Amino acid sequence: MFRLLAFFLFVATAPWAAAKEAAPAAADPALEQRVMALSSELRCLVCQNQTLADSNADLATDLRKQIREKMRQGASDADVVDFLVARYGDFVLYRPPFKATTFLLWLGPLLLLAAGFAVLILRVLRRRKTQEVEMTAEERTRAAGLLAGNGTERR
Amino acid sequence: MNRFILPLAVFAALVALLWVGLSLNPREVPSPLIGKPAPHFELPQLREETKTFTEKDMLGKVWVLNVWASWCVSCREEHPVLLDLAASNAVPVYGLNYKDKREDGLAWLKGMGDPYKLSIYDADGTVGIDYGVYGVPETYVIDKLGVIRYKCIGPLTREIVKDKLLPLVQELSRV
Repeated sequence: MFRLLAFFLFVATAPWAAAKEAAPAAADPALEQRVMALSSELRCLVCQNQTLADSNADLATDLRKQIREKMRQGASDADVVDFLVARYGDFVLYRPPFKATTFLLWLGPLLLLAAGFAVLILRVLRRRKTQEVEMTAEERTRAAGLLAGNGTERR
Repeated sequence: MNRFILPLAVFAALVALLWVGLSLNPREVPSPLIGKPAPHFELPQLREETKTFTEKDMLGKVWVLNVWASWCVSCREEHPVLLDLAASNAVPVYGLNYKDKREDGLAWLKGMGDPYKLSIYDADGTVGIDYGVYGVPETYVIDKLGVIRYKCIGPLTREIVKDKLLPLVQELSRV
């Protein structure tokens, strides 16, 4: 029983132990927070669906080291971003800038939404128009004839 | 019939879009460095630790910089292509030994042959970062003015050398 309890205690506390291990050893927690905040906005080029903060790739570690070094020397977030974009391009940014090559990326969803609304409005208008069509007296008698089973008429 | 044309067109456009999207390689991120001056470095050489080499030494020449490492599997695949390129004397090939152990790098060159005029030794990868290296091997073509004109991400193949690299080198040498 005691063993079981000890085991559960061990399992329950394991995440903390792991979290402690994963925390980067840094003398300056405020700086480290800045590094992690910025690197979670940046894409790792090796594991392309991970942020620089998440990735354990060698390059990500090196880049975090560079970011830390630059920030320690007083670089602003924008300076660091410029540094990385100059080397790896806009691809490193999880929020790419709005410019000629990316306008479709940013406005695409809006354009699709607008197109959807346009189609919807057109359809509704067309349906209303067809409902408003008045039948002539001649058409009415023809329709009545057809409904009465006078099905000899062929077109 | 008419009512099917529009949905069919939309469907065809979507298929075309996805087809193109699937055939692109997401690993190939276009480098912003193309058309820009090669970033400055001054690094010790791999063979002779006391001597340094800088990109300025190559001003006035068209040259190829190949980033390699002994731990890199694709470099093994690429190596015969580089040996042939160096043997053809079409263009001087320089190596950047990236994040490697010096003795491992030297052992690699001894065992596999050395296509490089010389290799520089970038132990901590800072020059690699300046050149936007993210997947070894990578290859750069740098012109007489020291401007990067071409970058190949991943191993060079004979096709790439024949169809892209050599024609570009020839064109740049003429200028």
